[in-house]
Amino acid sequence: MKYHVDDRGYYGDFGGAFIPEMLYPNVEELRQNYLKLMYQDDFQKEFHQLLKDYVGRPSPLYFANRLSEKYNCKVYLKREDLNHTGAHKVNNTIGQILMAKKLGKKRIIAETGAGQHGVATATVCALMGIDCVVYMGEIDIARQAPNVARMKMLGATVKPALSGSRTLKDATNEAIRDWINNPVDTHYIIGSAIGPHPYPDMVTRFQSVISEEIKWQLKEKEGRELPDYVVACIGGGSNAAGTYYHFLDEKEVGIIAVEAAGKGVNSGESAATSKLGKEGIIHGCKTLLMQTKDGQITEPYSISAGLDYPGVGPLHSHLYKSGRGEFYSATDDEAMEAGLELTQLEGIIPAIETSHALALFKYKTFKPDDVVVISLSGRGDKDLQTYIDYFKL
Amino acid sequence: MNRINQKLQEEQKLLSIYFTAGYPKLEDTVTVIEELEKAGVDMIEIGLPFSDPLADGPTIQESSTAALKNGMTTSKLFEQLKDIRKRVSIPLIIMGYFNPVLQYGVEAFCKKCEELGIDGLILPDLPLDVYLEEYEAIFKAHGLINVFLITPQTSEARIRQIDAASEGFIYMVSSASTTGAKSGFGNEQTEYFERIDGLKLKNPQVVGFGISNNETFTAATSRAKGAIIGSAFIKHLTTHGTTEIDSFVKGIR
Ligand SMILES: Cc1ncc(COP(=O)(O)O)c(C=O)c1O
Repeated sequence: MKYHVDDRGYYGDFGGAFIPEMLYPNVEELRQNYLKLMYQDDFQKEFHQLLKDYVGRPSPLYFANRLSEKYNCKVYLKREDLNHTGAHKVNNTIGQILMAKKLGKKRIIAETGAGQHGVATATVCALMGIDCVVYMGEIDIARQAPNVARMKMLGATVKPALSGSRTLKDATNEAIRDWINNPVDTHYIIGSAIGPHPYPDMVTRFQSVISEEIKWQLKEKEGRELPDYVVACIGGGSNAAGTYYHFLDEKEVGIIAVEAAGKGVNSGESAATSKLGKEGIIHGCKTLLMQTKDGQITEPYSISAGLDYPGVGPLHSHLYKSGRGEFYSATDDEAMEAGLELTQLEGIIPAIETSHALALFKYKTFKPDDVVVISLSGRGDKDLQTYIDYFKL
Repeated sequence: MNRINQKLQEEQKLLSIYFTAGYPKLEDTVTVIEELEKAGVDMIEIGLPFSDPLADGPTIQESSTAALKNGMTTSKLFEQLKDIRKRVSIPLIIMGYFNPVLQYGVEAFCKKCEELGIDGLILPDLPLDVYLEEYEAIFKAHGLINVFLITPQTSEARIRQIDAASEGFIYMVSSASTTGAKSGFGNEQTEYFERIDGLKLKNPQVVGFGISNNETFTAATSRAKGAIIGSAFIKHLTTHGTTEIDSFVKGIR
């Protein structure tokens, strides 16, 4: 079984580029050039220099002592929360802003849910002096206010998406419409491993620095490159894709994904796509998505803005369908408790997205010598208000 | 011969109208079609509403949301169109996004269209290569013409590929935009219309997006075979319901 993208832009049955003709020139330009450009020496040099000096990579691989004790296995946390801007998202935006410059683009658009990708995009645009417009659902603007303020301070224009559920899906629709209306000078920095080919593969490659580092860091700490499990939460799937990337073909490494169950998988208010989704097309990509039997996309729900998406990236649909990945889902309550637990056991306040990955211990028991690497995709500063309200702190 | 091809052979410039099925009221679909035919329109695009219409601006988005709220579904539309060929003889095209068609089953969808007397489909997010590889044979077996879009940014090489794959007309999007985003044409459009006319394509071209009145209809059809009105007609339905469709159409040409 092959887990990487094929020449046609598919992961097994999933992927492709189901886009209206208006987007074809831009997406095709990217498809023809992305690999060539991103592996040029000067691109790689600038990319890695920025990851080191600006983002602060490598991010630590931290052995979580008390968490390990509690769950009787060896838990390592890949500290993407310590990146500049507070999440893994910046790995991708650094890569894509360099790509946009190579392609001669003068204006950047992005969608955002939690606001982490919006902040990471606004940040690299400030860094490069490029105009930036971020689309964000009206609901998310309200629940992630600190990130909205950061984007504005960074000079980005934040435009509210007012249609549908007014969350990530709708912000993505608006960004795509913007791109249709501005086809020449604009690059769309998609924030997850979603969208038409080549986006899922491009985003995954930029995020793959996560698993590249895990390998040598684990070698230093455990004397072996391969963990027994890699774990990540899945919104669209970019931190997961980066965390899994270099282990996809290593059969002995278990791949674990945790989705947002919202108020429960069968509550009607959930974002557990692998459980609730069917093959279909969303945002230019054939993948698993939550939809009615008539093919209308349904509104997802999660307490976490970054996981509140009715689809998953095509790589993850393939990992699910092929059985390569183990998929779990955590409810709002389980995630919030897991977030508080990490805070009190390790002194790390995680993003609520990340808390979903940490809730895995409610569902899976590991062996004492299992090495379990969890992607700590982001920090919880942006979520303080939600934590405070939830726990009545 | 397919009704679309027949119509394209006629002398006059074509006026085609898009509307969203099930809008403004669920049961308006057939009335709108009949009224449009009576008013002398040449072709109708029946919009199958979708929850996430990426290529559409607010007007068509809102009509789609309203239609879905009214209870429109693929099966419901097919049921409404059951006797449509006893009522009208005008070419009918279903326009929508690919996912609802995929969920119905492409083969089943095409078969149903043939039974009902639908002449063609416009599915903007079904790309040319996927159509040719997976679906062309099915469309053809059911006598359906698939209509592709081109835009001012489409390269000549790709236009020629699209022309080769088309058997009815080419849907010429007037400017890089979502539907209803721009009104009126500038120099850029004039140049584009001339450039495409100069390619001497095998398929006639019908211009869509940005056409709302007599002036834009005339400008669009100075080079092209016809023009399509969408958002402007949806706005008419929003304010007037299914009344005064005749005067709307007479105002265009
Ligand atoms: C901290 C954090 N983790 C995870 C996600 C989910 O995105 P993805 O699945 O692409 O990693 C987000 C999205 O906003 C996020 O901010």
